[in-house]
Order: sequence, then C-alpha cells, then structure tokens
Amino acid sequence: MVENRPFLNFLTHLVLILGVATVVFPVYLAFIASTRGPADFMTGVVPLTPGDQTWANYGALLGAGSTEAGAPPFLLMLGNSLIMALLVAFGKIAISILSAFAVVYFRFPGRVIAFWIIFMTLMLPIEVRILPTYKVIADLGMLNSFSGLVIPVIASATATFLFRQFFLTIPEETMEAARVDGAGPLKFFWDILLPLSRTNIAALFIIMFIFGWNQYLWPMLITTEPHYYTVVMGIKRLAAVLDGDTQWNLVMAGVILAALPPVLVIIFMQRLFVKGLVETEK
Amino acid sequence: MQTKRTVFKSRLLPYLLLAPQLIITLIFFVWPAGQAIWQSFLRQDPFGMKDTFIWFANYTRLLGDADYMNALGVTVVFSIGVTALSMGASLLLAVCVNRVIRSQRFYTTLLVWPYAVAPAASGLLWWFMFNPSVGIIPYGLNYLGYNWNFRLNPNDAMILVIIAAAWKQISYNFLFFVAGLQSVPHSLTEAAAIDGAGPVKRFWTIVFPLLSPTTFFLAVINITYAMFDTFPIIDSTTSGGPAQSTNILVYKVYADGFIGLNLGPSAAQSVVLMLIVVLLTIVQFRWIERKVQY
Amino acid sequence: MFKKLSIAAAAIALSATSSMAATEVTWWHAMGGKLGQKLEDVAKKFNESQSEYKIVPVYKGTYPETLTAAIAAFRAGQQPAIVQVFEVGTGTMMAAKGAVYPVYQLMKDAGEPWDPSKFLAPVTGYYTDPQGNILSMPFNSSTPILYYNKDVFQKAGLNPDVAPKTWAELGEMSKKIVSSGAAKCGFTMSYGASWVGLENYSAIQDLPYGTKQNGFGGMDARLTFNGPHQAAFWDQLKKWHDDGSYKYGGPSGGADAAPAFYSQQCAVYMNSSASRADVIANSKFNVGFAPMPYDDKVTKDPKNSIIGGATLWVLNGQKNKEVYKGAAKFFTYLSQPDIQADWHQFTGYLPITNAAYELGQKQGYYAKNPGSDIAIKQITRGTPDDNSKGVRFGNLSQIRDALDQQLEAVLAGKKTGQQALDDGAKQGNAILTDFQAANSN
Repeated sequence: MVENRPFLNFLTHLVLILGVATVVFPVYLAFIASTRGPADFMTGVVPLTPGDQTWANYGALLGAGSTEAGAPPFLLMLGNSLIMALLVAFGKIAISILSAFAVVYFRFPGRVIAFWIIFMTLMLPIEVRILPTYKVIADLGMLNSFSGLVIPVIASATATFLFRQFFLTIPEETMEAARVDGAGPLKFFWDILLPLSRTNIAALFIIMFIFGWNQYLWPMLITTEPHYYTVVMGIKRLAAVLDGDTQWNLVMAGVILAALPPVLVIIFMQRLFVKGLVETEK
Repeated sequence: MQTKRTVFKSRLLPYLLLAPQLIITLIFFVWPAGQAIWQSFLRQDPFGMKDTFIWFANYTRLLGDADYMNALGVTVVFSIGVTALSMGASLLLAVCVNRVIRSQRFYTTLLVWPYAVAPAASGLLWWFMFNPSVGIIPYGLNYLGYNWNFRLNPNDAMILVIIAAAWKQISYNFLFFVAGLQSVPHSLTEAAAIDGAGPVKRFWTIVFPLLSPTTFFLAVINITYAMFDTFPIIDSTTSGGPAQSTNILVYKVYADGFIGLNLGPSAAQSVVLMLIVVLLTIVQFRWIERKVQY
Repeated sequence: MFKKLSIAAAAIALSATSSMAATEVTWWHAMGGKLGQKLEDVAKKFNESQSEYKIVPVYKGTYPETLTAAIAAFRAGQQPAIVQVFEVGTGTMMAAKGAVYPVYQLMKDAGEPWDPSKFLAPVTGYYTDPQGNILSMPFNSSTPILYYNKDVFQKAGLNPDVAPKTWAELGEMSKKIVSSGAAKCGFTMSYGASWVGLENYSAIQDLPYGTKQNGFGGMDARLTFNGPHQAAFWDQLKKWHDDGSYKYGGPSGGADAAPAFYSQQCAVYMNSSASRADVIANSKFNVGFAPMPYDDKVTKDPKNSIIGGATLWVLNGQKNKEVYKGAAKFFTYLSQPDIQADWHQFTGYLPITNAAYELGQKQGYYAKNPGSDIAIKQITRGTPDDNSKGVRFGNLSQIRDALDQQLEAVLAGKKTGQQALDDGAKQGNAILTDFQAANSN
C-alpha cells in the first residue's frame, strides 16, 4: 500500500463485505435449500438458516438420488463435465491466443475481415441457429462424441478479443528489443508474450472452464447416450418435474456440488493472480 | 483496426496462426448462421417439408408489429441497465479487492460463485427469492411498506430482470478488472502519491485510463451479453411480462423460434438483432476505441 | 479351467447376439424426476416381456427442447421412432403430414389389435383427425381440478367438507376467507389465462374457443374466445383480484400458484389433476379435492373439462421398418389395463382406457385415495361437443403467451376483459395466419 489511511481501509472492507454478501446471497440460499426437507421452501417464507437434512440430501444425491431421477450416477456426470470443461478451456485459449497474435503482430491481406468473422460468433446464440448447426454436426458424423460436444463451442470471439486488447497494451519496445536480439515471431510468442499473458490466461481459464462446465442445451441436443450426461443436464432432469413434486433439496444440493469444481479451479488459479501481483511489485 | 507500429514480416505464418480458429468458425458458425439468414427469406414449416421464398416479407412484417417496436425500446433500457450495473458494481469490488492484500483470495473466491452456479439453476434461485408468496425479498420490502409485485408492476419486473442479469455477469467483469488492475505498475501510483494526489484523484487520472483496454473489452462483451445471452433469465423470471414490459428482442427470437418453431420470422428477427449489434460494435470500435489508451 | 472360461465366453457371445437381434426403438421423452424413472421402468418391463424389440428411452429436456431436438434430428435424418410431444405442440405435429406416421395407420399396418371404442373418448378425442382417427398415442393426460385447504375453510367458519361448486360460490367463500383473516387470499390458479382460466372455462361453460369446432375442422379456423361471457369472467377476475379474493399465479404454467397454496396464503388452488401427489407432499394441512367450479350465470349444466399433457408421436423415415412393428407392439402393451392402471395410479395422470378405470375401481384404488377419481368423472360427464372436445390451433404456445400478457393488462387495470380478449384474439389470429401459410402450399 502506498500510504496508510485507516478510514479508507475501513471503507474498503465495508464495501467488500456488503458487496460480497449481496452477490453471494442467492448462492447461500441454494445452500440453505440443500440442507432442508423438500417441502420447506414452498410452505412459508424461504428460511435463512440451515436445516438438519444436509447429510441426508447430499448422501442421497451421491448415492441413489440422481439415478432415481433417471439420470446417470452423479460422479459419472461430474467426470463428463470435467472433460468437457477442460477441453473447452484449453481449446479456446489455445486457438484464440494464436489468432490474436496474428491479428496484432502481423499485417496481411484479409486481417480485418478475419477478425470480424471471428468476432461475429458472439452475435447469434445457439438457440437461433440450432437446426442448421445440428445438421452440420450430424452430416459430419459427430453426434454422440466428445468432438461434437467440444469443437463447435470452442470458437470464441471473447478470448480472441481479450488477447487482442491485452497485446495492444504491451509496450512496443518489448517487441523491438526482441527483434534486436534476433528473436523470430514464434520465439517471441513463446518466450515473451505467453509469460506476460499469464494473468489474463488465468482469468480466461476460469471463465472458459465454467462456460464448458455449464453447457446444457448443446450436449442435450447432440447426445442420446446416457454416458455423455453432464452435471447440469442431470440437475435439469432432477428439477424438470412436470406435474409431480420437485425435490428442491436434491436439486439445490446438486447445484452446490456442481459449483464446487469451478470454485476449486478458481482457488487454484489464484496463485497465478497473486504471482502477477508480486511481479509487478518488483 | 489497430496493430503494432512495428510488425513481424511473414507471408504464411499469420494465416497458419489464424487457421484453427477460422476453420472452426467457418464450419460450425458461419455455415449454419448463413443458413439461418437464408431461412429469414423463407416461409417454412418446422419439419422442413415445404418452403416458399418470400423475399423480405418476414422483415417488413416486423416494422408493422407494435410489440416488436416496444421490444426495441425495452431492449435499450435493459441493456444499458445491465451493462452499467454489472460493470459499475464489479469495478468497485475489483478496486476494493485490489487494495486489500491478505483477504484478497477469500473475497475473490466468494465473488466468483455466482458465475459457477449453473445457469439452469440461477433462474430457480431468483424465482425463490422474488416469489410473491415465499420469497424473502418481497417479504422484506413488504415489511418496509413497499408492495412488491413484479407480476403486475412493469417497473418492478424491469428491476428484477436487470438485477438478475447483471448478477450473473458480475463475477466475469470482476475477474477481468482485477487482472487489469494488477497490471497497473505500482511505481506510477506511488509517484502520484508522492506528488500529493489523493486516492480518488489517483484512480481517475492514472489507474482508470490504464484500465481502458479492459473497460472497452468488457463494455463490448457486456452489451452483447445483455442483448443475446439473457433470454434464459427472462424465461425463468418474467416470461417477458407483465404486458410485454420485459420482452427484449432476443427473448422474442427465442420464444418465436425455439418455442414457437416459427422459423422464418424468428430468423428475420435474429438477423435484425445481429445487425444492430454489429452496428453498435462498429461504432464502439470506431469512436470509443480512440479514447482507449494502449 | 480353460474349458470353463471358453464356455463362459461362448455364453456371453451368445447372449450378446441375442440382444443384438432385438430391434431398437428409440423413444425421446421430456420427463424428469420420479416420472422419468417410472417411464424408464415401463420401457424396461416391456423389454423384459419379449425379446424381439427393445425400447430405448432417452430424456431430451423440457417439452419444447424435446420437440425442437426431434425436429432438428428429423431435418438431419436422425429422428427417433417415438417422441413425446406436449398438447400445445399438437397443432405443429398434425400439420406435419409427411413427417408423422399416424398411430391408427401404424397399428393397422403392423396388424396390432386396435379398437378405438375401448379408449376414454375425452382423452383420445383431443388427438383425432376430423374422421375420428387417432393420430398419436395418449400417454400422460390430465385435466384441471380444484384443491382446497380444509383447515382454512374451518377457520373462516365454512364447512370444510363443502367445496365451492360455482364461481359465484367461490367468490363468496373467498370474501369470507379474506375478511375473517383465515387466509390472505381466496383462490389462485395455474395457467390462469390459458389452459385453466380460458380453455377450460370455455369448454365447461360450452362456449366456443374458436371456429371450425375449436380448430378440429381445419387450419383455417380462427379464434373466437372473445365472447361476452369470457370477457365478463375476466372482468370478474379483476374485481376478485382487487378485493384480494384472487391471486394471479403468474404467466404460462403459473409457477407462483403452488407456493401461494402450500404456504396457506390462498385457500383454493386450481391446477392439473396430476399435481395431486405434489399437493399432498407439500401441504401441511388437510386438503380437499373437488371438480372445477362452473359459471351458473352461463350454464346450469357444466360440460366436461378438457385435457392437457402429452402424447407419443411416431415419426416417419426409419430405415428399418421393423422399428415400426416394435413401436406398435409397445403401444399395444401400453394400452393393457394393468399397465395403464399402474401408470395412472402411480403418476396421477388419467387412464386412457375404460378397462384401466374399471380395474382401478375393482382394486378399490379410488375408495382408498380420495380425490383421485374427480378428474375422470369430470372429463366423462355429458357428451363432449364441439366446444368441449378440446382446442387445436397451430402455435398454441404463442397464443397462450399472448393471452398471459393480456390478462396481466386486465389485472393491472389497463384494459377491460373485452378489450384484452379482443386484442388477444387479434394477435392469436395473426399467429394462426402465419401458421397456416407456413404449413400449406
């Protein structure tokens, strides 16, 4: 810290505590629901204190709960989601850091068009182009496969755009110095650009991991075999009770359990954040 | 479109670098999206058994549709509200987190939870919180003397969907603002402090301009988010009501196309929506980006 | 040792080939939770009952997601043999002439026994063509009934064993409940502007919902639900809403209605008869069951109510024609009285055959489970006529959405019932014009 201002420090913590409390409140509510009986959330004002059904609910979910709802075992779904999330996160970051590098550090015919084509992927949600996209996947024989699940969602304008923004902030001298040292573009990319991008890669990894983790509609459409079930599909299936009674407690326990792996990723990735901090302190 | 002043010289390499992403985008996005655009000129039954080319009839119809014009206005309010709220709140939180050292990890971990909650479930959570019978928030507001009813009061409904949509995006913005803030060199702020600039002035004159590439990135992302990715939130909270007051363009596309299977008209709507956002983005790149300091 | 192993291997190989020989019949469905489990159970029991065919149930999300998935698959030549479609998708399926293999045709082609007179007419009638041929296999059907909180009735000084028979009585009782402080509101309902509050209101009072026998007569039918009685009813709802008797349950399915009833804010709740299990599980009070109220200002002789739910459609285009034989066999199996009775009693959906209902009576099921036969009695009273056979309009889901918005405008005091229903009919008819244009050459 530059200087010590007790009032400002107090204010900072106050804002943080209030802000975090507000932002986390809905998640807290999900947790509360997961510790209570199925009817507790419908029969009076939503309770705010944990109940005594925690172990029963989580035990039921990890045991027979999800299969009773017709979904595959919970751990299998967690595994599928993990594969999908990792493939999506690595895939997106890999292809988009390369394309951003091309767009910022080279001048070549078609550069602007290429950027805009990539950029447009932000602008037509899957629900709108679902029939033609499904047909492409079916024609390529990619139904019921991990490649069909992952590759179509890998094209990411977000990541390319973020890397472009970041590369533009890197001082010109960095590259000039590298060129004086005789480094070619790939060496420059590998030795200088990649390490510099670490904080952004960490932030993107978290975002993309969660994006892959939470995929629902796409896997639901293009798979027909239960062993491709993702955890969000399982939750939806638990929650989507038509006329019968919904097991809110199990649904919310599923929500909390499904959010744990992304949160672990965040905790792990934070080392990269903090490292970034230490380095700029130098 | 910007590049570095000095660039690498290579004929083939940039194309090779772009190839993986471009190929995937062309096959899995541009090709099907092109078919969706083609569909906007057709009248077609859902199963694709028969179709008629009807030129711009699907488009001209939109112009005469009062609900559609209403949805345009609603979308403007909604998008500005979501973008401003989620970016403002997350910038404030990011600046605060950046000031504290020891508890940084703790706060960051908590703040990313909303993003980790499955979108399918977050709608349920909002429904539980704002439900007029069992929701905690109407209960609290009632206690304070405000009769909350988002089912019939358009303002309540708009506030609800803006909060719900912004909430989902706070974690996202927060992460990138923190990443941006951490790359601001401390030497700069320290120098300013020595010159006697207070924390607020330091933030606006030094930190915020350095943050502008991140802010620009997030502004573009948030507007496209608000305009394209928010229909599940509308669907699980207000369904566009009461009386069309929260019916945004993309929800109409979703309701007409995905639920109603009215393919031609819904494709036309999504093309219009896409054109609006493309225009908006071009404006942003042309004019706003000039103010960005790289 | 080695010998044993090889015998085991041979046995495995043998069993593998025998299961390979079974023709797979895929069945896409939209049932999550316990119902989904029960559905898979039905499929499993069928598979165990014979060895030629194997039904493979696949959960495909919500009703709209399942329908969209099936359509996407059809367009790509990957369609399932059987798909479960909700009643608002009926218009879409009926219009898709070449895509659908009508059930009556399927049964005839496969040589399966098929006697429509054994089915409950109000159930199958919803899914027949103008010639009376059944186009899809009814699977899960229900009809709205009235649930009420006996404890609150007692507290308000009402007889807990007497449910309101007419809307006027319901209004009177609601006033008493609210003014006595027994509960905050009198009644609430799901599908307030659509299935319960308009489609069934019109059917029970024998009022037309649209032209051409409510759309059964062809795609050029148009909506006429904006009659004076329906308009007066919506105005009455507004009055009840203002004095606290009625609480709006929210758009589409009316998800706010259930918690309002379970939390004892509202004393009366109208929703699907299939919600009975849910109501019993969530009510910490004594629940009474009754038929839907009728409007004695309009009729003294209430008609049957109409159904909702989903049916099983068979899609054309399977390369292996054996698949259709399997589907037909499965439908025969589904119609058996014991299978039907078991499904109906477990899920709360209506039985589709008279035999299943009679079996339930013989088993003493209805005597043991009060309220479980109200729905059956309600749909079978009188003879269904053009106004009470059902409603069949293309894109019904969008028409319902438009009506939700209209009822909200009435309750917010922006429109009268007549204005709102006129506007709703106008919007709905524009949707129908589109639908007709898209589905005919």
